[in-house]
Amino acid sequence: MSALLEVKGLKTRFYTQDGVVHAVNGISYTLDEGETLGIVGESGCGKSVSVLSLLRLIPEPPGKIVGGEALFEGRDLLKMDPEELRHVRGRKIAMVFQDPMTSLNPVLTIGQQVGEALELHLGMSKREARKRTIELLEMVGIPEAAERVDDYPHQFSGGMRQRVMIAMALSCNPMILIADEPTTALDVTIQAQIIDLVKRLQDEIGMAVIWITHDLGVVAGLVEKVIVMYAGHIVERASVKDLYHDPRHPYTIGLLGSVPRLDEKRKRRLFSMKGLPPDLINLPPCCPFAPRCDYAIDRCLKEMPPLEPVAPGHEIACWVDVKSSKSASPQVSE
Amino acid sequence: MVTENEILVRVENLKKYFPITRGIIFQKHIGDIRAVDGVSFFIRRNETLGLVGESGCGKTTTGRTILQLYRPTAGKVYFEGKDLTTMKGEELRRMRRKMQMIFQDPYASLNPRMTVGDIVGEPLEVHNVAKGKEKQERVRELLQLVGLNPYFINRYPHEFSGGQRQRIGVARALALNPSFIVCDEPVSSVDVSIQAQIVNLLEDLQEKFGMAYLFIAHDLAMVRHISDRVAVMYLGKIVELTDRDELYHHPLHPYTQALLSAVPIPDPVVEEKRKRIILKGDVPSPANPPSGCNFHTRCPVAMDICKEVEPEFREVGSEHWVACHRV
Repeated sequence: MSALLEVKGLKTRFYTQDGVVHAVNGISYTLDEGETLGIVGESGCGKSVSVLSLLRLIPEPPGKIVGGEALFEGRDLLKMDPEELRHVRGRKIAMVFQDPMTSLNPVLTIGQQVGEALELHLGMSKREARKRTIELLEMVGIPEAAERVDDYPHQFSGGMRQRVMIAMALSCNPMILIADEPTTALDVTIQAQIIDLVKRLQDEIGMAVIWITHDLGVVAGLVEKVIVMYAGHIVERASVKDLYHDPRHPYTIGLLGSVPRLDEKRKRRLFSMKGLPPDLINLPPCCPFAPRCDYAIDRCLKEMPPLEPVAPGHEIACWVDVKSSKSASPQVSE
Repeated sequence: MVTENEILVRVENLKKYFPITRGIIFQKHIGDIRAVDGVSFFIRRNETLGLVGESGCGKTTTGRTILQLYRPTAGKVYFEGKDLTTMKGEELRRMRRKMQMIFQDPYASLNPRMTVGDIVGEPLEVHNVAKGKEKQERVRELLQLVGLNPYFINRYPHEFSGGQRQRIGVARALALNPSFIVCDEPVSSVDVSIQAQIVNLLEDLQEKFGMAYLFIAHDLAMVRHISDRVAVMYLGKIVELTDRDELYHHPLHPYTQALLSAVPIPDPVVEEKRKRIILKGDVPSPANPPSGCNFHTRCPVAMDICKEVEPEFREVGSEHWVACHRV
């Protein structure tokens, strides 16, 4: 059975006054039906740009997808003509964006916005769309949905707006839901509500989910497979259990060591990675993490390592075997 | 056992209301936003008290009101035994040497038209602590202390990254050797790896100089990491206050329990086994808080009395305070 989505060698750049920003530098991954994939990384790593590229939502100029393929149902999303792509976006692949404050149109009612997708993609009449919209709002837990359908976005709280975004995304029963940092702007108890909702709906509808976040805690309880990105590259790919219990890339190890755990038994010093993320305009041809890496050897500063397996289903892009390296490593597990 | 001279800051029934008015010419006072609605706690010398809660709970307003950046609507704030709420002018200014603040937004809290040297040196000038060459020396020292190259003393804030700007804010706060710093969400705006750098810096400086911190944040894992004791706020009130381990192992207030269960833990094996307490609905408006216990509208175990009578914030164990009828 072939994968639902196959991304191969995706490359995206931004041509700016200051130079060319190498935002995504050749990433490849697959997503199976019903699978949940997490893409984690800090700001600037390319996680958002990579999924926006899949749906060709990158403004051109200054952006440009300069290479790669994104095969969905056997067809390349990156080469489809716009008319065909329109039938995929919002219908088969839906997206929920980070900031619910700015992703909703302030001058249209919630009913109009959710209904739009139903009318356009499923050809519903205004009456049918309204009825289905109310059902969807109830499904995502908006109280008094029949009254609130005529309200405007500013009349909803952040958590409610994000639920509306989810209702919009799910309205046409997509096969893939891409959630780009959907809970970052929300309080932790509201985040818990949204995560719970998405998990429940995923069970009911059977869609695949790509969840993008910088929060290593959120990913741990939500996904089956994780991709860690740094400077537009995938540095590690593993099952969620392997990533957290047996991380092999120095960046992943550093990241896990930097995060305080709610359940830490005694006060330990957080691991602090030296230096700053690299300049994406002047990316050297070697491993982008090398200058900050405690395990780096000569080769790391000269050549970019390819993504290769270290165990079944576990790949890293690294020249060093951290397990046999003698350098100082942070304690990751308690 | 708490001896009086160990306590540096004591807050008693502090309130800060923001009036809501209607009308343009004749402003009619129609209500109040009860941002801080009667909070009491103390902070010892060299201790870190964490203040945690979700947006709108009043934690930032509490921090600012303690430092008299907002004058309180009611209540008292004692610093080294002296009442700050009745001080003004020169007397209050002199107290400000000992208490400082680090702000949340590293982009908004530094004057973009001042060099880093001017920003960090300003407190020294304003309080007549050092001038000219002596001031420059001290500024260089401070920049080094926070891990910045003193060579950058003449650069402007926009030339630095978010994490570096936050360090500039820390250097500025340290300039006068304060004994108390309010850290208002100092790491919320920066990336995970930079958060670790800033938090480690704050811990090192505390050990080196012996300062007390009020660490305000919404990230409970981070708060628990850095604090000795933690206060949980909800809609303007403290619902629970105890030491960091006791809070985690024996949370008494239903809101604390829900908050703890909602915080994700970066460990899939642990996450699989967790049972989440999902709260219903949203936080009520601080302009119109619920009657009785302000948490009763979302509380999974609310009783009849909770709707009518506000629970008292009282000590129920060794330095474990909670406001709940069920306890």
